[in-house]
Amino acid sequence: MAIEVRIPTILRNLTGGAKAVEGKGSTLDELFTDLDGAHPGLRARLVDEKGLRRFVNVYLNDEDVRFLGGLGTEVSDGDTVTVLPAVAGG
Amino acid sequence: MRYDSLIDALGHTPLVGLPRLSPSADVRLWAKLEDRNPTGSIKDRPALWMVQQAEKDGLLTPGCTILEPTSGNTGIALAMAAKLKGYKIICVMPENTSEERRQLLRMWGAEIISSSAAGGSNEAVRVAKGLAVEHPDWVMLYQYGNEANARAHYESTGPELLADLPTITHFVAGLGTTGTLMGVGRYLREQVPDVRIVAAEPRYGELVYGLRNVDEGFVPELYDPTVLTTRFSVGSHDALRRTRELLETEGIFAGISTGAVVHAALGMAAKAVKAGERADIAFVVADGGWKYLSTGAYEGTLEEAEARIDGQLWA
Repeated sequence: MAIEVRIPTILRNLTGGAKAVEGKGSTLDELFTDLDGAHPGLRARLVDEKGLRRFVNVYLNDEDVRFLGGLGTEVSDGDTVTVLPAVAGG
Repeated sequence: MRYDSLIDALGHTPLVGLPRLSPSADVRLWAKLEDRNPTGSIKDRPALWMVQQAEKDGLLTPGCTILEPTSGNTGIALAMAAKLKGYKIICVMPENTSEERRQLLRMWGAEIISSSAAGGSNEAVRVAKGLAVEHPDWVMLYQYGNEANARAHYESTGPELLADLPTITHFVAGLGTTGTLMGVGRYLREQVPDVRIVAAEPRYGELVYGLRNVDEGFVPELYDPTVLTTRFSVGSHDALRRTRELLETEGIFAGISTGAVVHAALGMAAKAVKAGERADIAFVVADGGWKYLSTGAYEGTLEEAEARIDGQLWA
């Protein structure tokens, strides 16, 4: 088992077009580092020196990780992580 | 009840118990029926507050033209207010919004400028900001950054909820401009210790996220994450499923975004049951289902409905 990470259209150039990729790690930070091995450049599009990029939203099993533990959020096998760009509503 | 005019009839919407959907006598769900507003949505509140504030500030004077990026409800609410008060109104709306919304806007006298489907409301905001620069005489109320939007809920929706449900423990609403959650959230946090403020954000089909890069995303200027306890992303499958469940169990015919809110509310309810805690969870029914009938959301199997609304802005 691994952690499934759903990738938005605009970042699929880094995953060979794949809508979802799998990775390992005990935290989101470790997971993104692991993913960067197979998909170089992916981590830098999600994270900068201050943490998650402003217009990137990441959800662990549909809950916004900014309200869980940010990059330190613990993840485990079977979890689903969804990456989405921030969009307007209303 | 008697009011001097339609605008005066705004707010004071019913809060109804949901005995069949609530998991137990200790963990109860309550629906605030915002479809019972003059134009049928919660957006009548921010629309009126924004117009009144702009009049007070001297920005809006008779004969003025209002400009607003909107996926529908705010535009419809503003168009009604504009008609009664003698303003012209132009709405910038993504082309992937339901036909009913367009008809309603035209009916109340709004002019519609369509923005491209790809990029959803982000694109509508971008186009409207461009038009505002080209036409400095137009008044953009700009719901995403107008403090009167959140204040409408701080001054009306929040106090109404607390008066009707003094034992409230959770408030759940949809996240769009963030105005409802910011306004009600701030009010309740001041009045109710440990109240939980929960956002349900619609997760659309891929087309809507068709930005050119991740630096072109959009976070409303009104958004302050410290007001929220947590935030859920709810996909169209769960939103449709819960919209139908609300209709089947409690008879409430709500718009699709309400389904997303119900999904998050039921998630919080399940957590309270598991923790053995008492809970009174109030959520917002932002509008009725009427404007979404043509999307096919209420007919056939869930899978068919899901396929039909893929690529639509359903909230």
